[in-house]
Amino acid sequence: MSLLYTEEQKELLALVKEMAENEIKPYVKEADEKGECPKELYKWGFDMGLHMLEIPEEYGGTGLSYETTAMIFEELAKVDAGYAITFVTSFVALRNVILSGTKEQGQYFADKLAPGGFAAFALTEPNAGSDPAAMRSTAVLDGDEYILNGTKTFITNGALSKVFVGFFKTDPSAGHKGISAFIIDADAEGLTVGAHENKMGLRLSNTTDLIFENVRVKASSMVGPEGSGFKLALNALNLSRAFVATLAVGIMQRALDESVKYAKERKQFDTPLIKFQMVQAMLADMAIKIEASRCLVNNTMRMIDQGIMVQKEGSICKAFVSDCAQEVTSNAVQILGGYGYSKEYPVEKLMRDCKVFQIFEGTNQIQRMTIAGVLDKEYK
Amino acid sequence: MNIVVCVKQVPDTTEIRIDPVKNTLIRTGVPSIMNPFDKNAVETGLRLKDQYGGKVTVISMGPPQAKAVLREALSMGADDAYLVTDRAFGGSDTYATSYILSQAIRKLGPFDVILGGKQAIDGDTGQTAPSIAEHLDAARLTYVLDLKVENDKVIARRQVEEGIEIIETKLPVLCTVTKESNKPRYATIKAKLASLKAEIREITLSDLIDADVTKMGLKGSPTKVKATFTPKRNACGVTIEGNTPKELVVSLVDKLVDAKIL
Repeated sequence: MSLLYTEEQKELLALVKEMAENEIKPYVKEADEKGECPKELYKWGFDMGLHMLEIPEEYGGTGLSYETTAMIFEELAKVDAGYAITFVTSFVALRNVILSGTKEQGQYFADKLAPGGFAAFALTEPNAGSDPAAMRSTAVLDGDEYILNGTKTFITNGALSKVFVGFFKTDPSAGHKGISAFIIDADAEGLTVGAHENKMGLRLSNTTDLIFENVRVKASSMVGPEGSGFKLALNALNLSRAFVATLAVGIMQRALDESVKYAKERKQFDTPLIKFQMVQAMLADMAIKIEASRCLVNNTMRMIDQGIMVQKEGSICKAFVSDCAQEVTSNAVQILGGYGYSKEYPVEKLMRDCKVFQIFEGTNQIQRMTIAGVLDKEYK
Repeated sequence: MNIVVCVKQVPDTTEIRIDPVKNTLIRTGVPSIMNPFDKNAVETGLRLKDQYGGKVTVISMGPPQAKAVLREALSMGADDAYLVTDRAFGGSDTYATSYILSQAIRKLGPFDVILGGKQAIDGDTGQTAPSIAEHLDAARLTYVLDLKVENDKVIARRQVEEGIEIIETKLPVLCTVTKESNKPRYATIKAKLASLKAEIREITLSDLIDADVTKMGLKGSPTKVKATFTPKRNACGVTIEGNTPKELVVSLVDKLVDAKIL
């Protein structure tokens, strides 16, 4: 553990760890195989308040800092990152409605989640991933309503959510400046949840298509001014990038925990693996990458707590940590050898789970474009 | 309904290691936890409050660091917490401890229901909580799974060796509960934060004005520990071998006949 935790943070981490180890961990293996998280497992998180930790108390949240919230989610991700991301996706959506919307919109969204509900962000489309401006979904004004049409894909929490923040072109000719954001209830007429994605990893996380066919929403459900959707999405991504990075730190820490445990127990040539220099180097490199990643996440979270825009830092954080996670989890499989490759042991799942961290919230190639773009401006 | 739950801070026995040379417990560095059965008692109290309304007070006797378990009970949802602490209470056995706790409870009361775990995992006596009932002249029910209250009537289900006993008594009642009674709830993050800042009031000797000092502390304790030792292991049992259930039973009956048990 590289961070200096306060007594309060230690207590909260111990509580979350106890819950996650006792109530979630025993079901993870089976849920991973099925590709679905049992609904009753969410109740533990809701009861504890994990769905609204960093949401201000006036909206029914706990009002924790981003820094402490991230520590808690790292702990949860050690048990299962897919379970953890279900909550993260939800509160990032809520937080952005609070930041960019009206007080009434924030309250409306928060009230949907407070009793125990999830939300989602509907941005990506089949032909608009890294390039959101290419989206085809449209919102057409009709009296005091907008009519929404289009298909969204890879939507985390698609089938679980009570409410969505959806992105639609209000001006199809205007590129990214033609995108607007709307609050859409999950039970809106014309909104269909598509099939659940059969994914390589993060299999406890729900991922679906969303199909909008003449879905009518009140004009007042537009978040922020018309055409500000792209900016809102970028703000959300700054936050979610730092948060997914914290989950990747959790995955890595678990990989190291399992690797060291195995390297101490497993003997070859009458010697525990941990006494072999080449294994030592691998374990040490894993620890180096984890410590560095955790500090990077922590610093980014503290910047967000200060209200600093973390466009560059969020991208650096997400790209660095997810690249480290690929290497660390792959080496965990290597250290466990044949057992690491077997589903009997937990590390192959960690390797599958963390691959998507290099892809979602903007691929790591896009992160590097963002970082370079900011550098270009900084040195003008 | 006014409910008080007695909790104790104990060493986490699952974390205790044995000194391989001296064969004694290594107590240093062992984390302290709330006695697990007491956690069940807190849950029973909270469920009674959920069902009938009222207030849950938690009380513990011990040194200042025992406040940690009171905070834990507060984080689960208890309303109030008191630490009974004084140098004069040190060295108390189960008799003296139950007397002191009963005096503190009398001072804070009156209570309808007094709860505790069936025993503490360190001393394992199971005497303190039931003795409190004697000092307070309350009904006493041990190994309670759950209880219903109608006016001043209490109907409790007790776990006994033969099965479950349903018993009726009147308030006030002291109940001890077991692991099977319930699954203690987790604190919410919000309640946990509040509990860490909560004020825990202390009850000291000077607060127990009418109490009899001669029943307190080492001098007030009739129990004298003469020696502690590790008992010798008894010879192990006999394993009966055979391939079919019939063979096994025949072999067992033969042995029982030989031993003149049958």
